[in-house]
Amino acid sequence: MKLFIFRIIILLNLINLLSLPTAGSTRFNTDNEKVKDTISFVSRFDADNNRCFKCHGQEKYEYTNETLGKQVTAMMCSERIIHKNEFYSSNHRSFSCTDCHSEKYVKFPHSGELRMEQKYICIDCHGGDEKFAKYHFEEIEAEYQKSTHFKMEGEGFSCWKCHNPHTYKISVRNSKNLKETIAYDNAICLNCHSNFSHFQLLTERKEINIIQKHDWLPNQTSHFANVRCIECHTQINNNIPVSHLIQPKDQAVKLCNECHSKNSILMASLYKFESKEQRRYGFFNGIILNASYVIGANRNEYLNLLSLIIFVCVIAIIVIHIIFRIRKNNKTY
Amino acid sequence: MYLYSKWIRVWHLINAAMFLILIVTGISMQYTDKENASYVVGFTKAVKWHNFAAIILVLNYIIFVTGNLLTNNGRYYRTGRKDFLSNLTKQFNYYSRGMFKGEKHPFPVTEERKFNPLQKLTYILAMYVAFPLLIISGIGLLLPEITIKTFFGISGLILTDILHITMGFFLSIFMVIHIYTCTLGAKPTSLFWGMISGYHREE
Repeated sequence: MKLFIFRIIILLNLINLLSLPTAGSTRFNTDNEKVKDTISFVSRFDADNNRCFKCHGQEKYEYTNETLGKQVTAMMCSERIIHKNEFYSSNHRSFSCTDCHSEKYVKFPHSGELRMEQKYICIDCHGGDEKFAKYHFEEIEAEYQKSTHFKMEGEGFSCWKCHNPHTYKISVRNSKNLKETIAYDNAICLNCHSNFSHFQLLTERKEINIIQKHDWLPNQTSHFANVRCIECHTQINNNIPVSHLIQPKDQAVKLCNECHSKNSILMASLYKFESKEQRRYGFFNGIILNASYVIGANRNEYLNLLSLIIFVCVIAIIVIHIIFRIRKNNKTY
Repeated sequence: MYLYSKWIRVWHLINAAMFLILIVTGISMQYTDKENASYVVGFTKAVKWHNFAAIILVLNYIIFVTGNLLTNNGRYYRTGRKDFLSNLTKQFNYYSRGMFKGEKHPFPVTEERKFNPLQKLTYILAMYVAFPLLIISGIGLLLPEITIKTFFGISGLILTDILHITMGFFLSIFMVIHIYTCTLGAKPTSLFWGMISGYHREE
């Protein structure tokens, strides 16, 4: 019965997550962000970009078929839709579309050969640049090349599968709400790992079932809402902001005390951007308390000491009592 | 004197066994580290056994409360006499001084009075205050989804856990004292045998 209730809760949670962001194609905006981003940011390429958004910013587009001499309304392929608000909220919002795409796209109808255009990857712009040196993009690239995802490059895997250049925004370094960051980052994984239409592009496997695969994990709902998939599925690298070495499933963290212990790995992953503070009000890994609570990782040194003192006192009183009883018995006999 | 009926003895045995499992697994969950994992029960096993023992303990507690409501056993847990405090002092003085001077027990066990005043107070606090708090906070940790998210700006889970651990700790201390005071019978083992056979041996 408990398992059944858990599954229902987890399903509702996953549905909730899926309706959130997939960084690949859908939105992740709080109302405040929408207002802030769309009002405060005005791209200097706005007019240029609007030529693209006119068709690619919505589900339908219109053009004049000169051969037929009439106005045509057609559906935009979902993969080619870029929501303007999302783009202007993203990290690449200051770009012109033609910074990354060919200038030839300005002409409509687009030439067929443009579809074969070679796309940039992150390292093409971010690599070897002093401005980005502190993020160690070269090391991120090296980690990615060792990751299990890299093996699927032949099937079309690239940086963009996780970090859609039109919508992606850094969340973990900037977000004040860790829960939002967790939901955003997990949605990146779930975009393929719980969405078969995306998943099947990269694998021959016939089904995906994240809940079943994580059956062994107690309190699935809590874990999914409070930690990111990458906490268990990547190898920690202290040199880079977020580990990119996605490991094969058999190497994922499965030992509870990797997180549920004083030396919790969460301090080197999920909480590494927070304060370096290790203890707060006597709690080990006190920073975790800001957003959550992890049994075994959040033990309190004052309560530990107090309980030890009480325990020792009780044992001492019992020992003294026993000594007096023995003395009394010796006197009696 | 036949003092402990069969259901009380079975309840007590289950309670003791489950509580021991809960203490060992609870300490394991709280203090397991990668370095000492072999000295305590592993976290995964500890969680499973802790949950299992807790469910049995709760069911057993329901039996205890129901049994006390439906049988005569409940009267041993009722108090309210005016001289309760002075009786407490008498019992405390007996344990701390009187028994070493050969004084007689101020409240010998009878069918009407199974517990001395000090026993009665600690059992009431343990069974009707600490136990319910332990169970409620335990349910909150077992189903974190239903736990209050924040309470005056502090995470509800932290408060629930601190309450759970504190109650667990006090009940563990209670158990240590309880086991020791059970050696204060006619012979050090007679009260233990009494809880197995049901018969209390006069001092």
